[in-house]
Amino acid sequence: MTFDIVLAGVGGQGVLSVAAVIASAAMDQGLEVKQAEVHGMAQRGGAVQASLRLADHPIASDMIANATASLVLSMEPLESLRYLGLLKTDGAVISAMTPLRNIVDYPPLDDILDTIRRVPTHLLIDADALARGAGAVRATNMVMVGAASRLLPIAPAAIERCIATRFAPKGQAVVDLNLTAYRAGRTAVSA
Amino acid sequence: MAELVLLGDEAVALGAVDAGLSAAYAYPGTPSTEIVEYLVAHATRHGGPPAHWCTNEKTAYEAALGASFVGRRTLVAMKHVGLNVAADPFMNSALVSIHGGLVVAVADDPGMHSSQNEQDSRFYADFARIACFEPSTQQEAYDLTREAFDLSERFRIPVMIRLVTRLAHARSIVRTQPPRLQNAVTHPPRDASWILLPANARRQWSALLDRQDALRAYTQAHAVNRLDLRGGEPLGVITAGVARNYFLENAGELGALPHHLHVGAYPLPVEALRTLASHATRILVLEDGYPLIERQLRGLLPTTTQILGRESGDVVREGELTPDNVRAALGLPDRQGLAVVGVVPPPRPPQLCQGCPHGDSYRAIKDALRTIGDAIVTSDIGCYTLGALPPYSQIESCVCMGASIGMAKGASDAGFRPAVAVIGDSTFLHSGLSALMDAASANTDMTVLILDNETVGMTGGQPTILPSSRLQALVLGLGIDPDHVHVLDAHPRHAPTNADTLRREIEHRGLSVVIMVRECIETAKVHKAAARAVVGAGS
Ligand code: SF4
Repeated sequence: MTFDIVLAGVGGQGVLSVAAVIASAAMDQGLEVKQAEVHGMAQRGGAVQASLRLADHPIASDMIANATASLVLSMEPLESLRYLGLLKTDGAVISAMTPLRNIVDYPPLDDILDTIRRVPTHLLIDADALARGAGAVRATNMVMVGAASRLLPIAPAAIERCIATRFAPKGQAVVDLNLTAYRAGRTAVSA
Repeated sequence: MAELVLLGDEAVALGAVDAGLSAAYAYPGTPSTEIVEYLVAHATRHGGPPAHWCTNEKTAYEAALGASFVGRRTLVAMKHVGLNVAADPFMNSALVSIHGGLVVAVADDPGMHSSQNEQDSRFYADFARIACFEPSTQQEAYDLTREAFDLSERFRIPVMIRLVTRLAHARSIVRTQPPRLQNAVTHPPRDASWILLPANARRQWSALLDRQDALRAYTQAHAVNRLDLRGGEPLGVITAGVARNYFLENAGELGALPHHLHVGAYPLPVEALRTLASHATRILVLEDGYPLIERQLRGLLPTTTQILGRESGDVVREGELTPDNVRAALGLPDRQGLAVVGVVPPPRPPQLCQGCPHGDSYRAIKDALRTIGDAIVTSDIGCYTLGALPPYSQIESCVCMGASIGMAKGASDAGFRPAVAVIGDSTFLHSGLSALMDAASANTDMTVLILDNETVGMTGGQPTILPSSRLQALVLGLGIDPDHVHVLDAHPRHAPTNADTLRREIEHRGLSVVIMVRECIETAKVHKAAARAVVGAGS
């Protein structure tokens, strides 16, 4: 089994936290993991991408090859489009719906969403609203982890444990907020 | 033995600690920054070994040399272009007889994710005639860094660890070994082996050349340089560092496995190369960077072996290797994925953070220049380089650390006016200061704008080497006319008066320095949170 995930978003949207939570949950489950990200210039409002490779056997490359990814998980709709070429034929895209318009030539949102809908397995998540419902827009990224949890080869309990561990240093309130956000994302997809 | 999930950078750092590291030195630079960041955090948690941010890569390297001089194990870390800054101590350190193990970790950035070039540090190691390890996994980064210290002490040479972005910034599981104790501080051997006066230097150089055979024997026998011969195949593949990962990713789809030599330790294992060549009529070289191995194989004269690589154009000539371009080089067809037609996303380049003080400074420059007319604005390396992009489009150069000031001087000397240099505080301290000294000595007609955000912003907010409160005194100490040295608050509410001051100083015929101060909002957030935590803890 190999499950390659492309994580996409804009600097500041918490892409790296998403990568860290899923990676540690996968390791908890005894999977091999490689997690690659590009730091540096990309941290300031620019496109950010991380790749996460999960497998039940040793993994060679840190980078994901074209047409091999199982999932593009994006915190922003336009960003999800950048990586569709990495998806294999039965790959899925899960994207948050709220646009982050910090460039002048941002395409019309409807066109973007239409393109996403052309991927046979796609989920568009109103992650901002769900996060607000959970208590803070800041936790949008954990809503997206929740939505993705339906497809990940990882037990939900392991993901919850890793969210708790990651946010524990910031106090129980922050842990609860992120867990609520995660569950909201997970429930939204089953509904 | 522990199992940890580490970035390639962190694996180097921990490998060094476990090898008995006594001190580490660096100037931050992507993708190498996390090496010493990890060590700084480690020192806070465990009380050592000390890890120091330095003024620049040259001073960092020289401090490491001093630690080695007195017998301690020491690490110096930098990005590839940082090694240009440290090239003087680096090249000469190959000639001294290294005492305590000295390891130089250099992170290259093929593909230029956040750099101005993609130079390949293996050439420096080759140039200096020292050993170089090129790990392909985080585990190798740990293991080879540990070993590099032993190798350094055994051969009395610095040893390079060469990383690339994809390894430096990818995480995987690393299994560690019990740590070794630090070396004692000892007086260096009294054999003049560090006094590179010509007579000694000639002796040391000759001794370094004499050690090359033994060094080659070492890498020839090294387990990381592994040769796998297969029956009757005409193709041989050489992989170096992370290229192996991309080769393995695709190898399963090749009809028959080619002969394979992996290189992770240099100087090149010549015997293994000869053996490979005697079994293969075609050799494909996969190396992430410039064609170092390919060129060494090729030489100048025709051979019967066909050598394919980046030099020959059989592997993509520029940018980083990927599983896909390695696949093409192996002659495999493209994989067919999901072809979705629709919106083609426009690029989303990095931007200054919302509310970044640099944005206000650029608006002030724009305002000041409006009535002045045709000026040149040279600049430098940092977050403020984004002033080259809309909506600012203010700066016209970014070449290397500190170049803005020297270039403005040269342009002014050449007769262009007005010449304005824009540089950040940390870049100024890194290598702008010496250029400003040139300008001060000649009272060059130019204006230097130091954007003082009180941090090394672009690499994530490391402390600058001197607090900004000392910048003005430093500049005045060069003897620049105090009437033309200003410290301004870069807050937007002062925008009109700041623009006025700038305009006056740009019009002034002589050297002027304007320091625009306001903390980076990212580090300001961190500092505010820390202050709140302290207040909370006290109450
Ligand atoms: S990190 Fe700081 S200096 Fe850099 S763009 Fe953001 S606010 Fe400006």
